[in-house]
Amino acid sequence: MLRELAYFVGGFLQTFGQLHLFFLRLLVGVPRTLWRRFRLVVDQVHNAGALSMPIIVTSAFFVGGVLALQGYDNLSRFGSEDALGVLVALSLITELGPVVTALLFSGRAGTALASEIGLMRATDQLSAMEMMAVDPVRRVVMPRFLGGVIAMPLLAGIFSAIGIFGAYMVGVVLMGVDYGAFWSQMQESVEISDVLQGVLKSVVFGIAASLLAVFEGYNAIPTAEGVGRATTRTVVISSIAVLVLDFMITAAMM
Amino acid sequence: MQQTRAVEISTGLFVFLGFAALFFLITQTTTGGYVQDETYEVKARFQNVGSLKVRAPVSMAGVTIGRVSEVRFDPQRLDAVVTMRIERRYDQIPEDSDASILTAGLLGSQYVGLQPGGSDVYLEEGSEVLFTQSAVVLENLIGKFLVNSGSGDDK
Repeated sequence: MLRELAYFVGGFLQTFGQLHLFFLRLLVGVPRTLWRRFRLVVDQVHNAGALSMPIIVTSAFFVGGVLALQGYDNLSRFGSEDALGVLVALSLITELGPVVTALLFSGRAGTALASEIGLMRATDQLSAMEMMAVDPVRRVVMPRFLGGVIAMPLLAGIFSAIGIFGAYMVGVVLMGVDYGAFWSQMQESVEISDVLQGVLKSVVFGIAASLLAVFEGYNAIPTAEGVGRATTRTVVISSIAVLVLDFMITAAMM
Repeated sequence: MQQTRAVEISTGLFVFLGFAALFFLITQTTTGGYVQDETYEVKARFQNVGSLKVRAPVSMAGVTIGRVSEVRFDPQRLDAVVTMRIERRYDQIPEDSDASILTAGLLGSQYVGLQPGGSDVYLEEGSEVLFTQSAVVLENLIGKFLVNSGSGDDK
């Protein structure tokens, strides 16, 4: 029993260590990849970012809309519907924007990264590259990681902006909150530091989600089942990582 | 070749939209930082500032003309020193105006309200508002009310 526990803990620590060594290896190669393989990074920004736009925009609109509905309902009990803009903007910019985007991102782009790299592993494409003296980490993993890291803050920004627009449509156009109060109260209460906090969060989440996706894919067991499992693990682990990191950053910035 | 072009265009569009969204968030949902040289600083001493916070509005006739930039306790005179930054274009506020700490709504946030005086000398950089009225502390008010109504019953 005790031995099994020790084995389990050891295995966990080993994976954790591997993950961070992998991260360091990627970090060292960042400037080189940006300089020499910029084209590949652009392709991956397209894959991770541009192709995630439909899901991000649609969910953002409805998340903003439902925030406005719920907020209106609760605020109107205290007669302070005018604070709807503040409520929606602060929750979107500092929390929901980065977090929901990261969760959607790991579901939409992270799984694609993990299964793509895992399948390359399973079909020996990565070994073939090594044979040709091409480093698969530099050629395959790095651009995908960087693409995700670049795309994430931009997606989160789009999410918050569209969410506020959605809340505006529901709150002002549908429920009849005063147009001026909605914007002016928002501008009074939201500060640049809130926006920067949101951006910081989305950068951290982008690094975490992309790293976990490429790591799981790269270390997938080279079978159909292994790739499937790697894909599932990507979503589960990066969702947990995002929520835990979110709590830690929020607590640190208070 | 056609496909690369499509990828490039959609990536460019995505990055552009992303930055546009961040720009929108920074400029449209916040008031931005206050520009220092377009304001002048005025001080006022209060017995009690209540829950007045930095960045609270300073208003005159209901219009926001500046913001509180610092709330400090003066250990020598045992009162609170509130520093306000008032916009440069409002430079004709009489020197004997009085400042009071008011509450927006019944339980809203607190702000500094200026009531104009009649002097020909105007407030300027570094001057002090001499007539001040402290914040109304709700507990004290309720306390007074209870005492008064209690003594009313006795008669």
